[in-house]
Parts: sequence; C-alpha cells; structure tokens
Amino acid sequence: MTARTHLPVGHEAIAAKGWTRAHKYLLLRRASQLCFLALFLLGPWVGIWVVQGTLAGSLILGVLPLTDPLVFLQSLIAGHWPELTAAIGAVIVLVAYALIGGRVYCSWVCPINPVTDAAHWMHRKLGLQKGWQPKRATRLWLLATVLIVSGLTGTIAWELVNPITMLHRGLIFGMGFVWAMIGAIFLFDLLVSRHGWCGHVCPVGAFYGLVGHKAMLRVSAANRSACDDCMDCFVVCPENHVISPALRGKGDATPLILSPDCTNCGRCVDVCAEDVFKFTHRFDTLPVAPPHPTAAPEPRASRVL
Amino acid sequence: MSRVGTPLSPQRRRFLQDSARAAGGCVAAGSLLAWLARDARALPAEALRPPGALPEQDFLSACIRCGLCVRDCPYDTLKLAELGVDAVATGTPYFTARDVPCEMCEDIPCVAACPTGALDPALDNIDDAKMGVAVLVDQENCLNFLGLRCDVCYRVCPVIDKAITLEASHNSRSGHHAIFAPTVHADHCTGCGVCERACVLPEAAIKVLPARLARGSSADHYRKGWEEDAPVLEGIIDLPDRLPGPGTDNLVTPGGYQPAFTLPEVTQ
Ligand code: SF4
Ligand code: SF4
Ligand code: SF4
Ligand code: SF4
Repeated sequence: MTARTHLPVGHEAIAAKGWTRAHKYLLLRRASQLCFLALFLLGPWVGIWVVQGTLAGSLILGVLPLTDPLVFLQSLIAGHWPELTAAIGAVIVLVAYALIGGRVYCSWVCPINPVTDAAHWMHRKLGLQKGWQPKRATRLWLLATVLIVSGLTGTIAWELVNPITMLHRGLIFGMGFVWAMIGAIFLFDLLVSRHGWCGHVCPVGAFYGLVGHKAMLRVSAANRSACDDCMDCFVVCPENHVISPALRGKGDATPLILSPDCTNCGRCVDVCAEDVFKFTHRFDTLPVAPPHPTAAPEPRASRVL
Repeated sequence: MSRVGTPLSPQRRRFLQDSARAAGGCVAAGSLLAWLARDARALPAEALRPPGALPEQDFLSACIRCGLCVRDCPYDTLKLAELGVDAVATGTPYFTARDVPCEMCEDIPCVAACPTGALDPALDNIDDAKMGVAVLVDQENCLNFLGLRCDVCYRVCPVIDKAITLEASHNSRSGHHAIFAPTVHADHCTGCGVCERACVLPEAAIKVLPARLARGSSADHYRKGWEEDAPVLEGIIDLPDRLPGPGTDNLVTPGGYQPAFTLPEVTQ
C-alpha cells in the first residue's frame, strides 16, 4: 500500500490536475442546472420571457412548445387526449433525450440533483453507512406503478408528489411547503438510504434511463489501462455499478459505460487522476492501447470505502 | 412424509421472495398514490377553475400544471395551487373570485395558452364560459333585499341584464316600497365572480359556487306547461280528444243541448 491510498477521495486528482480541472464537469453541471433554472426565472423576475412555464410544460420564445414526456404519458394513460401543442412538445423533448442521453436530464437539468448530490457529499464526509439499498429494479417497478395508478384514478398520478416539478414550480410560482419535501429527500438520502432517491426511487430518472437506452453521449473508460485502482470513481459515482463492466473489461471489450443508469454526470472523469475516463459517443468503442503492454501501474489494495 | 412438489432451488426461492417484496411495495406505494389522487379531486367550493376548464375529473387527467395559463392572464386572476397552502390539487390553476375575479377577456388568453386542452379550446366566446354560478347566498344581509338600492353586483356584471337582473317585488316590511332582488340566471352567468368581488358587504352576500353546489336539477319527466305546447306523451298514448259536438252541452254544434240548470251570473 502506498501513501497515496490514504489521501481522501478526489485529492489525487486535485494534486495531479489542479482543483478546477478536477471539478470541471461538476462546475459545468452546476452551471447548466442554474442556467436552466435562470431561463425559467428570467421572465417572472426581470420580465425577459425567453421561457414561460415550468419543466412540466413550457413555451420557448413564444413559439416552441416543450412538454415533459412522462407527464404527457401519464395524461394519455389517464384518458386525456392532449392537444397537438403538448404532443409536439413531448416528442421534441423525448427525441432530444433519446439522442443525447436519457439521464442527462438527471445530472444536467433536474433541480433535485444538487439536493441529492449535497446529501451524498455530506454522507461521505460523515462516513455514514449505506443504509437501506433496495434492488436496482425498484424504480422501474415504481414507474410501472405510477402509470397504472394514473390509469386507475384518471389523474396524472406522479405529479401529486413529484418533488422535481414541485421544486421547480415552487421556485417560479411560489413554494408553499415544498421546502419540507426537499428537506425530507435530503434526510432520506443522508440517513436512510445512500443515493436512495435518485438511485432507487425516482421514477422520472428510471423513465429517462429507459429513454436513453441507445443514446449517443457516453462516458468511456478508454484509458483504462492507466487505472491504478484508487477506487475514487466508485466513490463519487451516483450509480457506481455502471463502472465495472467498462473499467474492468479486458482486451477489446468495450470501454464505454453503456448502462442506461449512468447519468452522464462526469464525476468519474473529474475525479480520476490518471484521466482514464472521457466523454465520447457510443461508436467510439476502442480502448486506448496501453503504451507498454507490460508496464501497467502497480495495482494496489483498494481503499476501504 | 409426502413431498410437496420439488424443493425450490435457493436462487428460485430468492427470486420469488424478491418479486413478492417488490410487488408488495408497489401495491403499498400505489395505494398511497391512489389515495392522494382521490384527495386531490376534492376541489374546495371557493376555488374556481379558469374559463373552459374541463370537468374536474377530466381536468386532473389533462392539466400538466405548466402554469402557461397563469402567465398569460393579464389580470393576474389565476394562481397555481401551492403545496400545503391551497387545498387545491398542487400546481393546478384556480382563482378565488373574492380576491381577483376573471375579467372575461374577449380573446380568452388563458385558453389560448393551454397546450393540453385542459382548458377546452372549443370555448371561443367567453360568454359561454361556465366557471361556476353566482348565488345570492345571504338574503338577510343583501342590501337590496333589505329594501335599499345597492345594485352593485347587478351593475358590475359583464353580462348585465342576462346573467343577473333586478326583480321588483312588494316590500312587505315597509308596506309601501319595493325590493329589487338581484336575481341570477344560471344559463347566462359565466361564474366570473365580478359580482362577488364587488359586493360591498364585508363578506359577500352573492357568491360564485361550483355548479354542483349552486344548482339543483329538475326530474327528466317534468314539463313546464307554460313553456311548451308539445303534448307530454306524444306518440305513446293517443286518447280521443273531447271535442265539442253532439251529446255535449255545447249549443253551437248540432246535437248540443241545454244543461239542466244554469249557474247564477257572477257580477263583477
Ligand atoms: S433520478 Fe430523478 S430526482 Fe434524481 S436527478 Fe434524475 S430525475 Fe432528478
Ligand atoms: S378570461 Fe382573462 S381574466 Fe379570465 S382567467 Fe382568462 S385570462 Fe384571466
Ligand atoms: S395552461 Fe393548461 S395545462 Fe397548463 S396549467 Fe393551465 S390549465 Fe393546466
Ligand atoms: S358571476 Fe356575477 S358578475 Fe359574473 S356573470 Fe355571473 S352574475 Fe355576472
């Protein structure tokens, strides 16, 4: 075991690349999340109406409609045949995420993400237990349940509790008691279940995961031959089961992270001192050949998580 | 003694347990959600939906809670319900007549803005809107019913003389004045709430209520004889009409006869 293994998570990357480059995608993501929010707030706050509405449905520059495809789907199942405007909006959003990356929504747009990220960060700092870890498929079951309940009750069922649209709408139109709900999610992720909400419960994330099954934007462990088993990527990744198949693949096995659970957050790219990971497209399947096939870095005992 | 089937392999047992657990969890979560959905359908009486809103049950399947109608309402009439503050399904648009009524915009911008049809685009004349029905709920406090000429609710009504009229009757308290009762005609009242907003009393004596509370309904077989000429049971039973003719006391027709007695003349 080298001295380096005792460095806290992420410090190797900071030492190797500098703080900014070791937080590049984190910063970009926060900027993107803020940007999406700011666009919506620009109207009500300063009267510049680039975007009207909320994440559930909006109108861009007074012409382009956008609709949350999951909300739209529930409305259909609940028995309402929406007007063309909403349908066009849903198709646009659906196609965009199907092409770019389903759970890009989670990491780059969703306003709940900073909350659950904060919970995870604190979870790590406090060194808490994983807690309740339901099966990966739980959120898919929940998604199916939501659709069935929509059909049975004739309502857009998930919108009765959906913290994403509630927070977003709250910031734009008025909060009410949404703060309590956000606090509850933070505490749930912190004390009850690590990565509980986004990793195991949220049917919206599950939905976008399905949508992005064949999406273009992928993280690739292309440079995996440089991996020195520091395990930092596993610690920061919100869905860390997606890493192994790509990182531990041998020979010509694809280095792409193909699991639809990957949120394309790019934390692994940031946190890796050896620059193993990069953003690329799904056809870029060749791993970087190790420079000297025999001179791979000394593997070492993994850090106790 | 007897083997009940073959013993399950551990994996299979595990799989069945997991599935049962997942299914159980989903039923629990689904029931909770369905219970919330039932709750959400109870729209409080003082919350009115925007013009053209589908019936409440359909509205909840259609409105995606985007707030575009709220944005395009020039009078800031509409609000999105806030979680835990308003007893209306969270995020759906509504208004409270006593706070800000609907001004019945001619171009109905809220309906035009709605992307889903939760506000029915078939509504092209705001006078056909049915947001509720005004009811003069408190005759004991209404100034007009007390014999004064307040008339405010009548005068402000955008559909004056159709949706609301003043019906004169004798004031039996004073004995020689009239009462001009503000009277709402549901066929024409749009439920805009301008009258409720304008009522001068500290608590409005005229209030817009959802139609389900404001209105009764008459039984299907009732006919108002003074309104229609058509026979009640046309085509079903055709009884012979009793026309004047032979054998009756109609003297004009041949065969008529003088009745046995005559009633004394009534002097006016
Ligand atoms: S899983 Fe759900 S709450 Fe989490 S980031 Fe994705 S959409 Fe947002
Ligand atoms: S008709 Fe006009 S005032 Fe009434 S709710 Fe619609 S936009 Fe607002
Ligand atoms: S515009 Fe339509 S879908 Fe959007 S909040 Fe208003 S009624 Fe609902
Ligand atoms: S609610 Fe009042 S003001 Fe509006 S149409 Fe009806 S009677 Fe007139």
